[in-house]
Amino acid sequence: MARIAAAILAASLAAAPLADAGEKRAGRVALPVVKITKGGDCVAPTDEMRRNHMEMLLHQRDRTMRQGLREKRFSLKNCVECHASRDTGSVLGKEGFCSSCHAYASVKIDCFECHTPMRQVPTAGAPR
Amino acid sequence: MKPERRRFLGWTAAAAAAATLGPGLRLVELALARSPEEAASTLQRWGLLIDTASCSDCDACVTACHEENGVRGHNRPLTDAQWIRKVSLRDRRTGFAQTLPLMCQHCEHPPCVDVCPTGASFRRADGIVLVDKHTCIGCRYCVMACPFGARSFVHEPVSGQKPDVPRGKGTVESCTLCVHRVDRGETPACVEACNRDGGAAMVFGDLNDAAGELHRRLRTAPSTQLRADLALNTGVRYQGL
Repeated sequence: MARIAAAILAASLAAAPLADAGEKRAGRVALPVVKITKGGDCVAPTDEMRRNHMEMLLHQRDRTMRQGLREKRFSLKNCVECHASRDTGSVLGKEGFCSSCHAYASVKIDCFECHTPMRQVPTAGAPR
Repeated sequence: MKPERRRFLGWTAAAAAAATLGPGLRLVELALARSPEEAASTLQRWGLLIDTASCSDCDACVTACHEENGVRGHNRPLTDAQWIRKVSLRDRRTGFAQTLPLMCQHCEHPPCVDVCPTGASFRRADGIVLVDKHTCIGCRYCVMACPFGARSFVHEPVSGQKPDVPRGKGTVESCTLCVHRVDRGETPACVEACNRDGGAAMVFGDLNDAAGELHRRLRTAPSTQLRADLALNTGVRYQGL
């Protein structure tokens, strides 16, 4: 009996440092900032968006590029339009909608190597 | 038939003609502006006609193109991207000089598409030759293959792109015939600028549309394709060369 008690004690002692490490890890890595400037519904429920947004973008990208289908719903431009920060007008940056989550998940984001991360600013004057 | 009655019939016929002219014109507009849910179709083949006799000594087309597509250089002419350029020709014997804009000729049988190892270089159903930068690996085979030197490689990081025209380091690019504008039913930026600021030397249209201005101009006067010996059937045609 004493042996079992000792084993339980040892197990709990061993578990304690692990729990500490978990807390530390959560403290070290900043949680993503999810600020959405324009309210309202996204093109799909949040859970689905979190898991599958890359699939939607990939699918839309090929349709637009190859077939010339420019549906607004899953277009990257449409994403940026709602999700760009009000302050910076961008989805990148420290608290950018895309970049903060991608930094947290440690997934490199390639879209904005070529695409602009900035929201389209409606031009005040007449088009040149 | 009494003269009054005849006159009345004449008036009604004229009124009917005017009424059909309005909707007729409208129909053309609607046909040009494809809906975003409609794919590019082989029914159309977009093309350009450049009349070198009207091409004045300006670079309105080049400026407008690079402005529209956010193409900015680093003041390094050898490596800066160039989607369209003005070429000057001079007959050595007679001294006759002319100038013309040169860009991707949007061939029916494009050599750039033939050589692309990844399928990034492709021809859209409506005849516009494009680079899919998602799959372009920057090998530059197409740059070598193009007989018109129409393609450029992006050597340096790009920022401040236009929302409709993504551009990035390590990919090849060229004239897209302003595909984003064409899909909205507009004409390419170079054509618009040439008609506004230049000598109105450029006509944009559908090579398959027998009722269109482009088709009419090609039908009524001789035109040439650059490097016709290669039998590429270019979408860009020249007159007065």
